[in-house]
Amino acid sequence: MRPAFSVLFLTTLIGSGQGLLIALVTAQFFFVIGAGKGGESGAFYAVGSALALVLLGLGLVASFFHLANPQRGWRAAARWRTSWLSREVILIPAVCGLTLLYAGVHWLDWRPVLVVFANGKALDLPMAVGFAAAAVSLLLFVCTGMIYACVKFIRQWASIWTVVNYLLMGLASGFALAAAYAGLMDSVLRDFLVADALALTLLGMATRLYQIRRNGHARLRSSLKTAIGTHHPQIRQITQGFMGQSFNTIEFTAPGGAETIRGLTVFFTLAGFAAPSLLLAVSLGGTGAMLLVVAALCQYGGLLAERWVFFAAGNHVQNLYYQAKA
Amino acid sequence: MTKVQLALVIDLNVCVGCHACVTSCKEWNTSGWAGPLADQNPYGADPTGVFFNRVQTYECGTYPNTETIHFPKSCLHCEEPPCVPVCPTGASYKREEDGIVLVDYDKCIGCKYCSWSCPYGAREFDPIQGVMKKCTLCVDRIYDKTLPEDRRKPACVLACPTSARIFGDINDPDSEAAKAIRDAGGFQLMPEWGTNPANHYLPRRKTTMTLHKDELVRADNPLKIEGELPRPKFNAPSIDDLSSW
Ligand code: SF4
Ligand code: SF4
Repeated sequence: MRPAFSVLFLTTLIGSGQGLLIALVTAQFFFVIGAGKGGESGAFYAVGSALALVLLGLGLVASFFHLANPQRGWRAAARWRTSWLSREVILIPAVCGLTLLYAGVHWLDWRPVLVVFANGKALDLPMAVGFAAAAVSLLLFVCTGMIYACVKFIRQWASIWTVVNYLLMGLASGFALAAAYAGLMDSVLRDFLVADALALTLLGMATRLYQIRRNGHARLRSSLKTAIGTHHPQIRQITQGFMGQSFNTIEFTAPGGAETIRGLTVFFTLAGFAAPSLLLAVSLGGTGAMLLVVAALCQYGGLLAERWVFFAAGNHVQNLYYQAKA
Repeated sequence: MTKVQLALVIDLNVCVGCHACVTSCKEWNTSGWAGPLADQNPYGADPTGVFFNRVQTYECGTYPNTETIHFPKSCLHCEEPPCVPVCPTGASYKREEDGIVLVDYDKCIGCKYCSWSCPYGAREFDPIQGVMKKCTLCVDRIYDKTLPEDRRKPACVLACPTSARIFGDINDPDSEAAKAIRDAGGFQLMPEWGTNPANHYLPRRKTTMTLHKDELVRADNPLKIEGELPRPKFNAPSIDDLSSW
């Protein structure tokens, strides 16, 4: 499949935005249950989630570049009953709204207690909004992943691993960003977030590499025999019917071919996972933010390449019909 | 009685690969009220363009024992169209009344998601109008009361010089299309995906004739040898009673 840059930016940007938001909520929860000493100021969460909002907004802008008729974009909310794309279109503004709310209540330091539990712990408004925002973000990860995982005509995409990887890579990049942010702010959360980011990055690397291995021996369900309904062991296409290009030869192929995919796979494994893991591991327990910022940026670049490979490696069934020009 | 399902039945045994259906389809559909089927760089080195119908050519076997198959391909108007439920806007839909799968160009946002969900590569995106396009079964002419009745057929069907394309309701057992599917072994493309395409194809058929040895020589030749018969005797009976010479 042709990797469209609008979609690469959309999925990676909202992924890290959602990840960052979930990281902040997790960190807040970490204090609420009393696992960490002290706490963080409302401003810390407010600025952090504003950063997440910026990422989500940039993703949204990128998505509009993907649509040929963006002025009708609102119509895309219509078929949420059947279309994962429609569900995503609804959840992106929902996540943006909840993130704004989360940032707002933290900024205003407005913490009315909503529920007090039997063990004396209380649920205040910022935490409640945070839970809602994190839950919707997780749903959004599922929607984004399912958009690709439910395309059964692309064997490389049509598995649960697509969803798992979208989730883990989004979380990893968001937590890495949160760790860098905590480092810059000299927050007590720094080590907590660095450790989480490290674990998620390693986990994401494992599941992504597993998916690549699995796709290595993926077999197409169709063949030229079923494509043209002729039961002959030896069929070849003489011509696809035209000498130039068509939508079918542009949208469903990637520039560069197998070489580029192999090269970029090595690149994203190093830049997206290995190098950030190393940097995160080294900064664990230390101070300073430089390494963490480098880790987050390097990881984002790597994950962008990962998304390119994800698209380029998808081989659609329709390509059976487009093999020869004459 | 089941629902009406209009479709094409394409006889691969008859198609000669002349592309008449391709050009007539393009001509009809680029001239309609829905706007042109855009071409980009049509006279340049690397042209692209939107077509609803393509004729492809395949070859089976190894030379000299080969067989050529000309294979016209357009939207198959699947009875379970995977392209429809994925559309976020509802622009892609299947008509209740006749089973034609259509795109509402006023609702389509051009996200291209539906084209990923068609295993046949039947949808082609129009970059000029920014909407997804595909075969409409000439929905704008098959119901046109201003046309004589025998002309209310898809442009490709009318253009085919060999009558390889049959148009009709495949759910009506008495239609020509349904009969052809039944009698000539009509089949669907890629049945493994459960799309249940409405368009069917008729297979290539071998045309053979059995010749027996005695049919190769003149049965009334007593010597079973081609050539002059032996000269009769001088006094053998003849028409003028004089001589058979
Ligand atoms: S052939 Fe493709 S575009 Fe046409 S109805 Fe079937 S899945 Fe949809
Ligand atoms: S390109 Fe148009 S018809 Fe296709 S899924 Fe998107 S909105 Fe629907």
